[in-house]
Amino acid sequence: MTSLFDYLLGLGDDALVAAQRTAEWCARAPQLEEEVALANVALDQLGQARAFLGYAGELEGAGRDEDALAFLRDEAGFRNAQLVELPNGDFGTTVAKTLFLAAYQKLLFSRLARTAEPRLAGIAAKAAKESAFHVSYASAWTIRLGDGTPLSHRRMRDAVEEVWPYTHELFEPWTAPEAGLDPATLREPWLRVVEKVLGEATLSRPQDGWAATGGRHGRHTEWLGPLLAEMQSVHRAHAGARW
Amino acid sequence: MRARVEAAVAAVPDPELRVLSIGELGMLRGVSVDDGGHAVITVTPTYLGCPALEFIKADVAAAARAAGATGVEVVVSLSPPWTTDWLSETARAKLADAGIAPPGRLSLPMLAPGCPRCSSPDTTELASCGAAACMALRRCTGCGEPFEHMKAH
Ligand SMILES: [Zn+2]
Repeated sequence: MTSLFDYLLGLGDDALVAAQRTAEWCARAPQLEEEVALANVALDQLGQARAFLGYAGELEGAGRDEDALAFLRDEAGFRNAQLVELPNGDFGTTVAKTLFLAAYQKLLFSRLARTAEPRLAGIAAKAAKESAFHVSYASAWTIRLGDGTPLSHRRMRDAVEEVWPYTHELFEPWTAPEAGLDPATLREPWLRVVEKVLGEATLSRPQDGWAATGGRHGRHTEWLGPLLAEMQSVHRAHAGARW
Repeated sequence: MRARVEAAVAAVPDPELRVLSIGELGMLRGVSVDDGGHAVITVTPTYLGCPALEFIKADVAAAARAAGATGVEVVVSLSPPWTTDWLSETARAKLADAGIAPPGRLSLPMLAPGCPRCSSPDTTELASCGAAACMALRRCTGCGEPFEHMKAH
């Protein structure tokens, strides 16, 4: 059991790091259309991060706002699952990460929307609707690539295999009393969503084996540090700057 | 005074969809004015990441002052979450006039939208995410023109 503050950091950091990674596709996407779509997914994630981190800062009452929490914490202070910090890889890897994260977030936020904690419930209800778009976007691409050419099938399959070990962390015991939600209960419905998409994509669900862990406690992969360095550099170089 | 402030605030245009006002979009959730002329205005964003919200808050405050409010507080409320069902009939008509197929009602079965240009019912989806995550890009089989469709959500 963690504090609500820590829990909000986790929800916010998942969204913030996912936003930063997804936005790396700007000016690099395979088509203009996907560029815009991915930018919109990133913008949604950024909006969710602001809402969760803003609330966390107010709850903490130590004068840290959303910007302070986003830009002035070090790697060990981040509570995101390692899934979101993985490099983008090829387009298929990004699609796999987006599908797995969004399917989890949609289920999680739908449940949190019904908690008695009004502000958490309010943010979650809003975020759940946005995650639904991300699920449908990533599902469509998973199917198109998986059930596509031999090359796209192979690369989509490799992407799913590569990312799969990082999905287990999403369902580890990690919650706050106000959330009252055991993430393990989300795994079955998550598998139903994901397996249906993988099936339509003519891909099979990878075997469960090694599982990434530690992100919720501040232990991260080697990829988070460089991401934060880039994300935080302007804020830190111009401390206190105002528009 | 309250009615005047409400009318002024409701008419503030949405910075992203300039043809619509925030009142028509259903983003204006409450207006109260006390005896001293201090207004409290509640707005809700259409999505959490809405970068236009800061502009809307500033425009709303300015509109309330211009309508006679002595002080203005703009409150952002997230719940209940905004839905396309709050779009007024006027808003739907204006969207169609601007070439954007308006969303269906959430309570009704999902139907493919007709072409906002020629009213042909035969349209196909080109991309599920267009200029915004909630905007699909479609093409009309009748007149051949592409158009945006605001998806119900
Ligand atoms: Zn047409």
